Amino acid sequence: MNAPNASGWRPAMGDVSDAETALVTASGDRALQLEEKLIFELGRPGTCGVDMDEPVGEVLPGLAPFLRKAPLALPGLSEPETVRHYTRLSRQNYAIDLGPFPLGSCTMKHNPRLNEKAARMAGFADLHPLAPQQTARGAYEVIEQLANWLVTLTGMDSVAMTPKAGAHGELCGLLCIKAALDARGDDRRIILVPESAHGTNPATAAFAGFAVENIPANADGRVDLAALTARLGPDVAGVMITNPNTCGLFERDMKAISDAVHAAGGYVYCDGANFNAVVGKVRPGDLGVDAMHINLHKTFSTPHGGGGPGSGPVVLSAALAPFAPLPFTRRDADGVIHLVEEVDAAAFGHSQTFGRMAAFHGQMGMFTRALAYILSHGADGLRQVAEDAVLNANYILRSLEDVLHAPFGKAGPCMHEALFSDDDLPEGFTTLDIAKGLIDEGFHPMTVYFPLVVHGAMLIEPTETESKDGLDRLITSLRSLAARARNSDPSLKSAPHFAPRRRLDETLAARKPVLVWREAVAAGE
Amino acid sequence: MRYLPLTPAERADMLGVSGVASVDALFEDVPAAARLPGTVPGLPMHASEMAVERHMAALAAKNVAAGAAPFFLGAGAYRHHIPASVDHLIQRGEFLTAYTPYQPEIAQGTLQVLFEFQTQVARLLGTDVANASMYDGSTACWEAIAMAGRVTRRNKAVLSGGLHPHYTATASTMARFTGDALNVLAPELSATPDDATVIAAIDGETSCVVVQYPDVLGRIPDLAAIAEAAQVKGALLIAIVTEPVALGLIEAPGNLGADIVVGEGQSIGVGLQFGGPYLGLFGCKEKFVRQMPGRLCGQTVDAEGRRGFVLTLSTREQHIRREKATSNICTNAGLCALAFSIHMTLLGGEGLAKLARLSHQAARRTADALCVIPGVSVLNKAYVNEFTVLLPRSARDVVRDLADRGVLGGVSLARLYPGEVALQNALLVCTSEMTTDQDITALSSALSEVLEGVAA
Repeated sequence: MNAPNASGWRPAMGDVSDAETALVTASGDRALQLEEKLIFELGRPGTCGVDMDEPVGEVLPGLAPFLRKAPLALPGLSEPETVRHYTRLSRQNYAIDLGPFPLGSCTMKHNPRLNEKAARMAGFADLHPLAPQQTARGAYEVIEQLANWLVTLTGMDSVAMTPKAGAHGELCGLLCIKAALDARGDDRRIILVPESAHGTNPATAAFAGFAVENIPANADGRVDLAALTARLGPDVAGVMITNPNTCGLFERDMKAISDAVHAAGGYVYCDGANFNAVVGKVRPGDLGVDAMHINLHKTFSTPHGGGGPGSGPVVLSAALAPFAPLPFTRRDADGVIHLVEEVDAAAFGHSQTFGRMAAFHGQMGMFTRALAYILSHGADGLRQVAEDAVLNANYILRSLEDVLHAPFGKAGPCMHEALFSDDDLPEGFTTLDIAKGLIDEGFHPMTVYFPLVVHGAMLIEPTETESKDGLDRLITSLRSLAARARNSDPSLKSAPHFAPRRRLDETLAARKPVLVWREAVAAGE
Repeated sequence: MRYLPLTPAERADMLGVSGVASVDALFEDVPAAARLPGTVPGLPMHASEMAVERHMAALAAKNVAAGAAPFFLGAGAYRHHIPASVDHLIQRGEFLTAYTPYQPEIAQGTLQVLFEFQTQVARLLGTDVANASMYDGSTACWEAIAMAGRVTRRNKAVLSGGLHPHYTATASTMARFTGDALNVLAPELSATPDDATVIAAIDGETSCVVVQYPDVLGRIPDLAAIAEAAQVKGALLIAIVTEPVALGLIEAPGNLGADIVVGEGQSIGVGLQFGGPYLGLFGCKEKFVRQMPGRLCGQTVDAEGRRGFVLTLSTREQHIRREKATSNICTNAGLCALAFSIHMTLLGGEGLAKLARLSHQAARRTADALCVIPGVSVLNKAYVNEFTVLLPRSARDVVRDLADRGVLGGVSLARLYPGEVALQNALLVCTSEMTTDQDITALSSALSEVLEGVAA
């Protein structure tokens, strides 16, 4: 089906008519494929799905000048309509619970339900962040226990727990570096970032007020040590290195990089997005890292929730620890855990803190989940996590490298993710076609077109919670897609055929943004 | 280990396919000196589900849950009843275990929710558009200040004394590193907010003026007057709403002329959770949309002309623009946005108005009960569901004494403003539709008790 659509846009599709018939249902639904209107089309003013008492009495006279002039125009739905609306919508999503989700660098592993249960215990879920300290000791203990695990697993000096997500953790680490430089009166402004870095790295450096310079990769997909060393100097504040890197490779020279950066007076930030590949096997502290964020939603399996919330604690070296943000927990000589805030930072010997980077104390709901995950695995289970994640990725790499080009496949094993390029795809077929074909096969696609150092990148991260059977099915489907591309099967160009939607017109969305529902917009359809 | 599906036989088989003799060979790129020979020392081994559940329950039991005591805390985190269907729906695996909707054909559920969420938030805040959410209110507040800098090409911001001190502190941290100039006005214990001082602080170099509404003391600033003054000087007004339920009763900031409205969405659907994860709401005028931070969901059509939704305007974002992005933010608060949206759908506009009204009436009853205690007075001329109480002695001590009597009586300004001597005796008291008459009686009797013998 490649006729122009309602906006006049014609998708990039092969010259083929779909096999499906033109059968149309009166409802627009097709059996279990259910369409769903917007709540603004379903709801009615005055409907409410919550029973409440009738308010009694007048509003405070002083409030009168501030009252709403017109009622808030939001439709409501009854409870059954609400449950049905969101349940129907949920069925238009792919999710880990439905099948393999091999999105490279994103670490889509199973989310244990015990963790959800723990986070919902009333003592955690129904606890106010400013509750009097004597009523929140158990919460401080969760933070303290998780902090201890993170520090021990990474071999670092301390950890800042407040960052709200990975990118926020990067910001925390860079602010620690900046505060450390300020403290010694050093005005270094440059952060070096490899070409293969996540986009958040350069964006964070800029957000923190640094200038960014790229350093190239060498032929085997790793940081070019010579180029990096040559660039070091009195203007370089530090480097941001992802290890294992976004090509799925361990940076063999990490210790040498750290030593060179330190010798030149800079600091080493490690993007810990891929820590799941080495957790329990390697301590970043042994490699000279000064700061590293840990995405609890990746390595420690707090749910991704359709795009957040994340959580990004940052482990710190002794050199950066004095600058860590407020608040944090500290156990005193009597074993009592205190929450150290602005009022007592100096009393706890932390007067060099760079300050507060968010309200309250971080993503507590993620801490309880991550702690339950960590305790379940223990030191032995976490080591097995890394080993199985790496084994699964290598199994994928070796099972596909004869049909998809693996740019670094000859150089040795990969870590937790297998990287392919579009080099072996025939003229006219792209990485995007393989990804969309995988949707029809019943899988979530891999990460595509990232990292940027490989043309048409396909980054496959199976994670340790994928069974061999799941991997074999994924491999079979990818081999089939590669064969279809080799045979120039035009139906692959128009995939997906079986998803709730066909390819969507992203150009139209950006050219004429419709970001909120309006009656007029709906009427114009 | 119950979460790891591979069997020993499968592992052996797969190592063969991988062309290595042992799993250690897969880690050959790690320098030998950095490879741990066994498990990380000093940590316990794996535990059963039952054992972990027991461990977590024991920790939870050391806390006093808000529902276990008369409860009057607010100050940026609010406790409203969350209908059971909200928590049920957000635990559907298709929402809980999905990722950012980068493959829109199989993520229309999340995307349509975000489109509905953006519409609900824009209408609630009174803005033309809203994004798909930020980490929380405090970080979104700094993002708004940074955005105002991009829009006006100025870098001097005025922060009202009524702004939550954690928000002020977050902005101050960032400004220290970016070189932005913040004029942070001092908090004042007065019955009405000092709007005149805010207005007087705006000059021709001001990028934005940041005003909380209702403010941290529960008072309500005159946003329309501040918006007008800002506009005259070419500055933007950023309104901060930490308790969005209040907007069921008082006018939306966007309707009063605010250019950017930032909210903490936690009080609708998300829950207290000891401070996070929360939900940053972010709305603005349509003309500023390309300077907005964060993800945006937009409507489009698919190849067959059917309505669908995609993430859009991503050329603002870090994964495309890298160091030139409008923000470094990557995630939003997807699942919290879903919870907010479901709760808002259940409530509708009229339900939210009722909720605000009930919370307000509980505040009036609480204020009336506390005022009669000798030495106690209410500061505010106006409030919605949170107000400031002046006590005859240190509020921090009073909060501790009340907690010892099983009452969670409020948040002391001493905790929020440790250096401000003039604020030490002030207590923030907050109510909601969950506040009962028994709770109010418990608070007033406990407060009378702990103040007994203190000279007024």
